[in-house]
Amino acid sequence: MSEVDATFVGHPEVAARFPDLHPAFDARAAVIEANRCLNCFDAPCMGACPTHIDVPRFIKKIASGNVIGSAEAILEANVLGASCSRVCPVEVLCEGACVMHGKQEKPIEIGRLQRFAMETFYAAGGKLQLRKREERSERVACIGSGPASLACAAELRQLGFQVKAFDRRALPGGLNTYGVAEYKLRAADSLREVAMVRGLGVEFENKEIDAAGMEELEREFDAVFLGLGLGAMHRLAVEGAMSSSVIDALDFIAGYKTGARLEVAPRVVVVGAGNTAIDAACAAKRLGAKSVTILYRRQRENISAFAFEYDHAVREGVIFCWETLPKAFAATNDGIALTCVAVAQDAAGLPVPVEGSEFTIECDVVIPAIGQSPLLELLSQARGVTIERGRVVIDRATGQTTNPKYFAGGDCVNGGREVVDAVADGKRAALGIAAWLNTRTEAHVG
Amino acid sequence: MRAFDAGWGGAVWKTIGEPITNVSSRYSSVDWNTQRMMGLNNIELISDRPIEVNLREITEVKRLYPKHAVIASLMVESKREAWHEMVKRAEGAGADGLELNFGCPHGMSERGMGSAVGQVPEYAQLITEWVKEASRTPVLVKLTPNITDIRLVARAAKRAKADGLSAINTINSITGIDLDTFEPRPNVDGKSSHGGYCGPAVKPIALNMIQQVNSDTVDGPPIPMSGIGGVSNWRDAAEFILMGCATVQVCTAAMHYGYRIVEDMIDGLSNWMDQKGFVTIDDFRGKSLNKVTEWKHLNLNYRIVAQIDEKLCIGCQLCHIACWDGAHQCIHLDRVSGPVDGHVEVHAKPREIGRERIVVTPIPKLDPPRIHVGQYATSLERIPRVDETECVGCNLCSLVCPVDRCITMVERPTGLAAETWAERTSAVVERAG
Repeated sequence: MSEVDATFVGHPEVAARFPDLHPAFDARAAVIEANRCLNCFDAPCMGACPTHIDVPRFIKKIASGNVIGSAEAILEANVLGASCSRVCPVEVLCEGACVMHGKQEKPIEIGRLQRFAMETFYAAGGKLQLRKREERSERVACIGSGPASLACAAELRQLGFQVKAFDRRALPGGLNTYGVAEYKLRAADSLREVAMVRGLGVEFENKEIDAAGMEELEREFDAVFLGLGLGAMHRLAVEGAMSSSVIDALDFIAGYKTGARLEVAPRVVVVGAGNTAIDAACAAKRLGAKSVTILYRRQRENISAFAFEYDHAVREGVIFCWETLPKAFAATNDGIALTCVAVAQDAAGLPVPVEGSEFTIECDVVIPAIGQSPLLELLSQARGVTIERGRVVIDRATGQTTNPKYFAGGDCVNGGREVVDAVADGKRAALGIAAWLNTRTEAHVG
Repeated sequence: MRAFDAGWGGAVWKTIGEPITNVSSRYSSVDWNTQRMMGLNNIELISDRPIEVNLREITEVKRLYPKHAVIASLMVESKREAWHEMVKRAEGAGADGLELNFGCPHGMSERGMGSAVGQVPEYAQLITEWVKEASRTPVLVKLTPNITDIRLVARAAKRAKADGLSAINTINSITGIDLDTFEPRPNVDGKSSHGGYCGPAVKPIALNMIQQVNSDTVDGPPIPMSGIGGVSNWRDAAEFILMGCATVQVCTAAMHYGYRIVEDMIDGLSNWMDQKGFVTIDDFRGKSLNKVTEWKHLNLNYRIVAQIDEKLCIGCQLCHIACWDGAHQCIHLDRVSGPVDGHVEVHAKPREIGRERIVVTPIPKLDPPRIHVGQYATSLERIPRVDETECVGCNLCSLVCPVDRCITMVERPTGLAAETWAERTSAVVERAG
């Protein structure tokens, strides 16, 4: 894989249409906010962060003017500190745990402070030093180069191991590069983090691993980390849904982020109300759609998107159509007639179509965002790795699968959560791999 | 005149004398946690205006504001004739009183004036006597804090029959160094010089020195004191008056915010006085003076302990780590694991439970709500507990607690009669005798 991550520049049109959602702190505002932090002992924000970033420590370094030290303190716990500062749902994590809530005050803006430290760090060159340790000869392969693999690879390098990451896509970084709304995290920012991890000595290769490849890896490497993410998005179970006017949400998002898709037809329907659906709907708005409608089979309080994501979509002008299911597509002269049906909930709370409630929405594009299916095909090839309900089964503390040589983390383990969860998984797995390799070496020597 | 319009009753006109010379820049400050000018430092000398201009303006102000007091602050060469002449000219211009600047710690002191006088009681006495020979108006002696015992110069002024004192002048200081150029501030063409420190940061030092002088009865009873040093608002003013000051002087706060501060100084003080039932300033002047004593007269048998209000605690645990690392290791995080009282060896690092847990981003539909232990808003495991058997009542926890009234210090009667160190040691002497 060429080092495109160091040189990638986003499309100017995309940059113009997807400006930062939240303004960055300037230096003085950051120090004022940093000084507001109480510097709790064993801080709840640190406990709430899946990667346990020592939040008061990095915040007080901002207050003292040691911003590079602050960034290094963040990276020590979370090598993707920059992307996490932009994409983390801080309301339910660090900022949700802030003790300021207890005195009816605004929580400390931890996410924005972290972003300030990380951006100062990258503006100053963004080089991370390797810890003082011995180089080890053992080699570890990471399959996938998304957040879980990047975190695992970086931590393994810090422990001295040799690491190579394989990705089927042209650009490394996984969903951070291809799947996060551009106004939250630019593809270029994701690739900047990849470049930093590469700077630690991690090798990257653009290669799809098939069954034969898997066997080869197993022979060549001492351990394998599965950071595969999830597979293709679920297809709509709707008559006519294979139409060329149907594009799944992740393809849609990846398309504009890489600059391949710079416009969209005027009338867009998004199916589903998770965070990805919101990202796709807002993106359609920004790409010029006149109307964007989200169809959801249940009610407002049942959506899986975070509350702030829903609020954001409403502000962007997205229309929500509750308790509605798409039923059939029909091509018309100037687009699609999407037949929908109203749904009610039965006694058990399950959605049931209401007889005779059919109505039609005229649109040009339908974007399903109803979840990703697990990457079962590839996983089934990793022999001895147990999979339950589409997820890799691991020991939570070490990331080890039922095949001791295989470790796993990220979406393929948790079914699809946040970047920070993938990073935490990857880091734990790195420590698990190191411990396992150490016992193997000791056994060998012994 | 702006100050008089804003509501102040008088002004000290600082400082009339010679020579008239200065540098630029002149000020530097200490910020604290992004709050500007907690302390201000200056290397500015007495005035930019010649004596005759200052005096002419005093006359003009007195003509326009005949009912407001104008005190002329004076500083001239240490010669009897020079002082006699300066006193006559200032009074001739209409000054209602004189303040002798024996405090300026920079520049002037290198030429035998300012604190060079104020640090030597004999000089201060001599010059005050010269001034008293010539003066018809009240004479205040302004004291420098840059001396081991401020009372020595206060006594000298009393011996010279000064009518009052003012304290404190600025404190010798270097506020900080530019870490890029290595030059201390304020910068005068690459070099700096020590200056005089003032502003909110010096208030505790001023209050202490004023207490010392106002309680001192050597060489006669205390004489009126004009309190100076970090007075920024009505609360500060009330405290200085409670410590026995006849008047207070304000400078830094007006330099920071302008004379807009006067309105609340008057309004706040007057509201407070109404609440307390005070009609005049004299009703509370000096009320706190007799509440300061020497350590040896404090009751050794008085005991308080910290008490944490669980309902108000937000779980920041600042009291725990402050007590652990900075005090007496008696605030513990053991409400859930089981309280253990008694002495603690502190070689071990206190446990940080937050890092030990595996945590994921909660998804409401999938994840159970976080475990909450106990009946309070804050989970019981985060609410620290005070071991009263080890608490010495030092106050530190209540000082670091960010929540008002969450940690209070409550009395635990010892059942012993009050006893001071002085009483205890004299009892020992009696027994030995």
